[in-house]
Parts: sequence; C-alpha cells; structure tokens
Amino acid sequence: MNPFSSGTRLRDMIRAIRASKTAAEERAVVRKECAAIRAAINENDQDYRHRNLAKLMFIHMLGYPTHFGQMECLKLIASPGFPEKRIGYLGLMLLLDERQEVLMLVTNSLKQDLNHTNQYIVGLALCALGNICSAEMARDLAPEVERLLQFRDPNIRKKAALCSIRIIKKVPDLAENFINSATALLREKHHGVLITGVQLCTDLCKISPEALEHVRKKCTDVLVRTLRDLANSPYSPEYDIAGITDPFLHIRLLKLLRVLGEGDADASDSMNDILAQVATKTESNKVAGNAILYECVQTIMSIEDNGGLRVLAINSLGRFLSNRDNNIRYVALNMLMKAVTADGQAVQRHRATILECVKDSDASIRKRALELVYVLVNETNVKPLAKELIDYLEVSENDFRGDLTAKICSIVSKFSPEKIWYIDQMLKVLSEAGNYVKDEVWHALIVVITNATELHGYTVRALYRAFQTSAEQESLVRVTVWCIGEYGDLLVNNVGMLDIEDPITVTESDAVDVLEIAIKRHESDLTTKAMALVALLKFSSRFPSCSERIKEIIVQFKGNLMLELQQRAIEFNSILAKHQNIRSTLVERMPVLDEATFIGRKAGSLPGAASTTTMPSVGIPNGEAKPAAPLIDLLDLSSDDAPAPSSSGGDLLHDLLGVDLSPAPQQSGAGQPSKSGTDVLLDLLSVGSPAQSSSSTVDILSSNTNGKSPVSPLDDISSLSLSSRANSNAGAAPMMDLLDGFGPSPSKENNGPVYPSITAYESSSLRLTFSFSKQPGNPETTNIQATFTNLSSTVYTDFVFQAAVPKFLQLHLDPASSNTLPAAGNGSVTQSLKVTNSQHGKKNLVMRIRIAYKLNGKDTLEEGQINNFPREL
Amino acid sequence: MIHFVLLISRQGKVRLTKWYSPYSQKERSKVIRELSSEILSRGPKLCNFVEWRGFKVVYKRYASLYFCICSDQDDNELETLSIIHHYVETLDRYFGSVCELDLIFNFHKAYFILDEILLAGEMQETSKRTTLRLIAAQEELLEAAKEEASSLSSIIAQATK
Repeated sequence: MNPFSSGTRLRDMIRAIRASKTAAEERAVVRKECAAIRAAINENDQDYRHRNLAKLMFIHMLGYPTHFGQMECLKLIASPGFPEKRIGYLGLMLLLDERQEVLMLVTNSLKQDLNHTNQYIVGLALCALGNICSAEMARDLAPEVERLLQFRDPNIRKKAALCSIRIIKKVPDLAENFINSATALLREKHHGVLITGVQLCTDLCKISPEALEHVRKKCTDVLVRTLRDLANSPYSPEYDIAGITDPFLHIRLLKLLRVLGEGDADASDSMNDILAQVATKTESNKVAGNAILYECVQTIMSIEDNGGLRVLAINSLGRFLSNRDNNIRYVALNMLMKAVTADGQAVQRHRATILECVKDSDASIRKRALELVYVLVNETNVKPLAKELIDYLEVSENDFRGDLTAKICSIVSKFSPEKIWYIDQMLKVLSEAGNYVKDEVWHALIVVITNATELHGYTVRALYRAFQTSAEQESLVRVTVWCIGEYGDLLVNNVGMLDIEDPITVTESDAVDVLEIAIKRHESDLTTKAMALVALLKFSSRFPSCSERIKEIIVQFKGNLMLELQQRAIEFNSILAKHQNIRSTLVERMPVLDEATFIGRKAGSLPGAASTTTMPSVGIPNGEAKPAAPLIDLLDLSSDDAPAPSSSGGDLLHDLLGVDLSPAPQQSGAGQPSKSGTDVLLDLLSVGSPAQSSSSTVDILSSNTNGKSPVSPLDDISSLSLSSRANSNAGAAPMMDLLDGFGPSPSKENNGPVYPSITAYESSSLRLTFSFSKQPGNPETTNIQATFTNLSSTVYTDFVFQAAVPKFLQLHLDPASSNTLPAAGNGSVTQSLKVTNSQHGKKNLVMRIRIAYKLNGKDTLEEGQINNFPREL
Repeated sequence: MIHFVLLISRQGKVRLTKWYSPYSQKERSKVIRELSSEILSRGPKLCNFVEWRGFKVVYKRYASLYFCICSDQDDNELETLSIIHHYVETLDRYFGSVCELDLIFNFHKAYFILDEILLAGEMQETSKRTTLRLIAAQEELLEAAKEEASSLSSIIAQATK
C-alpha cells in the first residue's frame, strides 16, 4: 500500500490547504498531495482512487494542473460500483472538456452505463453526456438517448430530454429523429419532464423548420392549455416561488409559444388570450413575477401583431422602467431596445426616463440606455438629445467616456441639421473628451470644416478659444493646429465674424503661441507635432512678421530624435531659408476636401458600427486630376507611424490627404540617406513652383500615367520613403541637378533619349545651365530647364532673362521662378523654355540670350550666344 | 442556454466551476480571472448583470459567496437570477443553513446538487423536494456500497484469520 495516500483524507487535505498562511505554503501542501496521488496512480491503487480524484478536483479548482488525473476518471467510470462511477463522472466533467481526445475513450463506458439496470447510473451517464459530449459521441449515442426518452422513470426522461438538446445542437441532422418523442413529452404532467420537453421542442423548432411546422400544428393548443392551467393553478408548495407556481415552467412555455407564434398569425391568435392574462394578472413585486412578465412581453412583441396586446406590453415596460430596482430597469431597457423596431413611437414616449438611465451609476444600465438612446435619435430630437449627452459627458466616468463619445459623434454626424451646429457640437466633444475621439471622427470634422467655407473664420476662432481651456485633449489640439495652419489669417484678422460670436483679439504671435504649445507639449504625439510643424510653415508664409520666431521653433526640431519630425524640420527650414520666393505658393490653403468621397469611404465604419470594416480603396483624384492640389496635400500630410492601408482609420487619413496610399511601396530610405531630404524638397519645388512651365509638372504626371512606375510621386512622399525618387519620376531630376549643381542627370528616362545638360553660358558673375527633355512622340519640341546661378557675392535683383531664336525655331518662355538671384550660388532661379524645331534633324538649335539684372541698384546687362546644344535636338 | 456556473468567494477564490460549453483549461482560468475582478469590484446597489464578451453574466452575492451564471445575450436575466436563488435554497435545505465552509469541504456535493438542477446548460428540475429526494436516494446507494464493502472486508478478515 502506498505510504502517502493512506495518510490524508480529503477533509484533512482541504484543512491543510486552508491552514496555509502563505501561497508558498499552499503550493507545498498541494505539491505533496499531487506527488502522493501520482504515486498512487503509478501503483494502480484501487482502494483510494476515488478519494484521490476528489482531491484532484479540489486542487484543480485552486488552479493547479491536474491533467495526470484524467485517466483516473476513465478507470473510475469503468469500475462497476456506483460510488466510483459517480465521482468518476464528476471528475470527467470537471477535468476534461469536449475537445480532449481522451474523451473518445469514454464513449464505450457511457454506452454501457446508458443501458445499465441501475437508473441512477443511467442518470450519471446522461448527465455527463449532456454536459460534455462532442459531435462524434452525439452521433454514437443518440439512439440510446432517444430510447431513454421513453424510460419508465420520469427523472431519466427529463435527463434524456436535455441530453437530446445537446445532441441536436452538436449534430443538427439528428433533429428529426427526436421530433415525435419530444412532442410526446409536452403532454406529461411531471414538471421536470414537462419543462425539459418544452426546452427540447424549443431547440428543435429553432434547428429544424420541419419540427417547427409539426409542433406548431400539433401542440400549440396543448401548450396554451398547459400555460393556462399553470397560471390558474392553486397554491402548490412543491413548485411555489413567491406565490407563483413554477415560474421556470411559465417562462419556458412562453418562450416556446414565442417561437411558434413568430410569423404565424393563426398560432399567434390562439395564444393571445393567455398572453393577455399572464401580462395583466402576474404579480410584479418579486423577481419571479417580473421574470414571467418580462418573458411575456418579449413574446407579445415577437408574435404577429395584435395592437391591444402591444400597448399592454409597452405599458408594462414603462412600469418596469420606473421601478426602483436596478435589475428591473436594466431588463426594461433591454426590452425597449427590441420594441423600438416594432413600435418606435411608444418607446419615444419614455425618452426622458431612458436619458436619465444613461446617467445611472451602474455601468450595465448606462451601456444599455446609451444604446437605446442611440437608436431613438432622429432628425427631430437630435438637438436636445445631443445636448443632454454632451452635458453628461462632462461628468461621466472615464471608462464610460469612450463609448459615450463614439455614440455622440455618430449621432451628431448622422443627424446634424446644419454645419454650424455640427461643428459646435464636435468642438464641445473634442474639448470634453478629445482623447477618446477616434481618428476618423476628427478627420471627418476637418472635411466638414473645409467644406463650410463661410464658417472657416468662426471655426478657427472657436477652436482657438477651446484650445485655451482644453489643451490637454489631443484631438482638439490636432484640429486646432490644422485649422490655424489653414485659416490662421482669418483668426488674426477676424474675418467672417458671425453675429453670435463674441469679438476676440488674437495677434499673430498668439496664434504662433498655440502652435508652439502644441508642438512642445509633452503629451503630444508624433502626428500632432508633425501637424504643428506644417501649420507653422503655413502660418509663416501668411505672416512674414512671425517668420523669425517660427524659424527658431522649426530649427529646434532639426535634431529631433523622431525621423519624421527631424526631416520635416530640415525640409521646412530650407524652404524658409532658401525659397522665400516660392514659399507662399508652396503652402497655399488646402483645396476643399471632397466630402462625397470621404463619406463614401467612411460608410459602414461609423463609430457605432464595427470600426473594423474595411472599405475598398476608391479611385480618387490624385495628382493626375488636379496637379495643383497634391503639393499642398504633401504639406498637410499627417504622419501615422505606420500607415496601414487596410484599417479604416488609415483609409480616412488618406482621404484627407487626397492621396491613395494603398500601393505605397516598401522602400527604405537607407539607399541615399544623405540626399533623400533634398530630393523630396526638390520634388516639392518642381511640382509647385509656378515659375516653371507646366512642362516639369507634366513630366511628373506623364511619368505616372505612362506606368513607368506604379507609384505616384505623391505616394512616395506621403509614405515618406524617400529614396529612389530620382528614378521614379524623371521629370524632377533635372531640377535637382541644376539646383544643386550636380553633374549630368542620372535620370533613366526611358520615354525618350536622354540628353546631357550643358552649361549654356558662363561669365565671372553668372552661370546658366540648360537641361533638356522631350515628350515622347514629339521629337520636334524640346523642353529646356534653365537654371541661373549667381557666382558673385552680391544679390541680383530685377533679374530678367531674354532669348531669341532663328525663324525655323519657335520659342516659348515661361515666367521665371523669381526675379531675385541670391548671392554666391546660394540658391538659383529657374525658368522653363519650350523650343520647337521645325527643321528637326536638319538644323541644330541655336539661341541668343540677354540677361539683365540690377547689381547694387545698378543696371547690368550680359549677352551671349549658345551654340553648344546637343546635336539631335 | 447557460454556458457556465461559477462560485467565487469574496476573496476571489473559486469554490465551484461548471462548464456547459467547451472552454479549454487555459480559457477557463482566464474567464475566471476576468470575471472575478469585474464582479467583485461592483458596488452593492448595482444591478446583477454584467455584459461580458457578448454574453450576459448574472451574479448574486450570498454572504461571502458570489454565484455567477453566464448565459446567452437573449436569455431572461431575471429567470437566471431565480435559478441562482433556486440553487442556493436547495443547498440551504440540504446542508441546513448553508455556509461557505459547507461548500468547501463538501464541494462534490454542491456539484451533485447542481447536476440535478441544471443539465446541458438548461433547467432540469424545478422542484427542490424532487432534487433532494434524488440526492438522498443516491447517498443511500453510497451507504449501501460502503456497508457492503466493510462487510466484505470483515468476511475476508475473518476468513484470513
């Protein structure tokens, strides 16, 4: 005999565990016991097997691993005695679940026990089967269970009925085998059998339409009679709960009647009377009575319409709602939710009460009530309801705010009667709970703001005010920053004042203060800071007086640890420093965002609905359609660390930018880290600078349309993967050369031959370089990018370039990028020319030039002739 | 349908777990952890329902024990509450004013009684008397088996003397 296992009884072990003062002590006791049990298992100890299993179950409940005891359960089940089997089955249900393969081994024992002469052993087997049987077991043992439905003892019949539910749920094909025996149970008098029979029929009807038809035809009357007898039955001590005979049976009968009445007018008609009786006569001062009422109301709302009954039902719900018991109120809210579809008007009458429930101290009730309010909102009541909810937002608990905010935003955007109201409400929400607002919500807000042209000034001023009090709300900060960047001038100059506004004086430096706070705020995340940088750049061009200060702020970020910020700071700094002349055009106001596209994309992913819905990317206008817009988009780019094209949030962000990022390539900036920053900058310039002819822009665009690269330049920039820019759009490349004085263009334009750049003219004070490109299919025309570099140490002003050509050539000159040429090669002026050679292939290009400028106020003139054009132009 | 029944003490100790839907052992301990922290932290005057993972958990506190039943979203919460009460009353009758210690030392009996009331996640018997009669009948069987075993062993003991 095992020296350990004889020692402790179950009771002693439990005592020892309870006596443990520390977790370590408890573990030690458990370890010792487990060792003893394992030893006993190894020795195949028979005498104490069931005691050991009982101990194991206790240990299992404490959360310790007990898998080694699983086989013991099977051995106990296989042993002949009732006590062993009883504990074995208990262990089986506790230690195993239906997914474990060990369970398959028990099928045979179960089959034997289901046929056992001792009815209690049959009961044990049915109980285990009902609680953990798998589909395979269900198939194997269904005939046994079916047979037991007619067993002489009612206690076996009821167990068999519930077992059948499990079986048909696991294997719905078997349902029809049970229909006849199940309906037979409905005529039983024994409550246990009757209630289980009713439940079995309910599940059968849900699974098999055939069964539903059968039960509806054969049993509706029987069930109605049973319910009536039950409702009218005199006091019966055995089943009485709070003065009601067997409320459980009441409820199950009502549930089955609901299934039968749904979609069938005749069946519904036959149960009307008894439902009315139950709804009016049931005592509603105890849980049991209310449970029946609740079930009855549910049935009335589900079965075919009977006006009178519905009124009765909604009235009882109204009573529920005013009950002081939280449980009853919760249930009422739940039920009203279902009643909304049937009778919205009736539910609207309780709106005030429901609104009160949103403010309840109980989270479960709040949640239900909020959901109910959400479905009750319509165009007519949105204003007061939204006001109530937003007022409540101020005092609500933090863990509720997320839900509440999402719902408010959804309501407001769905039913807003006018834009100004929408903007007002959203600003309130942002100021109260901006940290809980989802990205797509504030993206949507920005879209609405851009579309409400007449409200730009109002909005930016309101945001400015809100920012003063609620600068800790991230989303508010973002929207404010964005709007100041776009509409900062309206803020400072008080443009477009509405009558309802209080006048406000904001100086330029106040506005910059906001941006500075936003960018330096400790909690601001990358997106906010990046947005603030863009806003600063934009603001500086609107108010040159702040330029210096803004430059200082931007310079501070040149060494930022976040690549994104560092890069922006460096790029923007160079825009401020070197490209004054084009800055204002570069950072023009965003064009109005396309609301329809945005809404179309957003559809289905409102905060209320599952926000995981991913909409397919819609083809949206990007660079090709409106060449002016993308540039500005670039600057408004808000950067998510990892733009995930599949998530709806990301999509919306992309909408905002007007760029489709989804095919964003995975390029690493590692290739040309030193150049990448400038590259993008140059691209920016080449797209945006109005001084250039459309040619360079066209080049970029054509390189996209020609499918040279599947990636639009905007995508590149937006995704901030910067290398390989020069390759992906050749049109921009020459610019880069000229600007930075690089050698001949490395561009691999395969649309046509590549021409080396030339130095067309050089004097001691000035250098002029030309780079060339041709549009494919049009060999006669050459696009020339002229770049002027000042070699002296003095700035040239009033810079003018003129050119003349012989008659066989046609010349078209675009305006220059600037009329000021900074000193010492510290920047340059570019100008595009288009030359059409009518004698292409016969004669070479030739050009005479004249360059006029003022040097220290003195007119200077330089002239020259250019003969060194490449031959094949 | 009921998915599981839990008995948790106020200190968060598990006193009974009964699973009617398949949960792996790992999921079970996760469920218990999640629910006990959620339920034990609720104030006394709040409603007895907690929405959890698309299910509804109905709980009620009796002395130091929380009885929790997780059921489908569209089940009748008030009825579930009555089921809990029904179970507690049955336990009370069986043990004679039941307390937590009864359920600790006789946890298997609490399981047996539950198995007579619920099966496959549905209500099996609504009469406390019938439930207790069935339990008593099975305990008689146990006694009979014990006596038989002891008489058998005494016969063996005599025979081997």
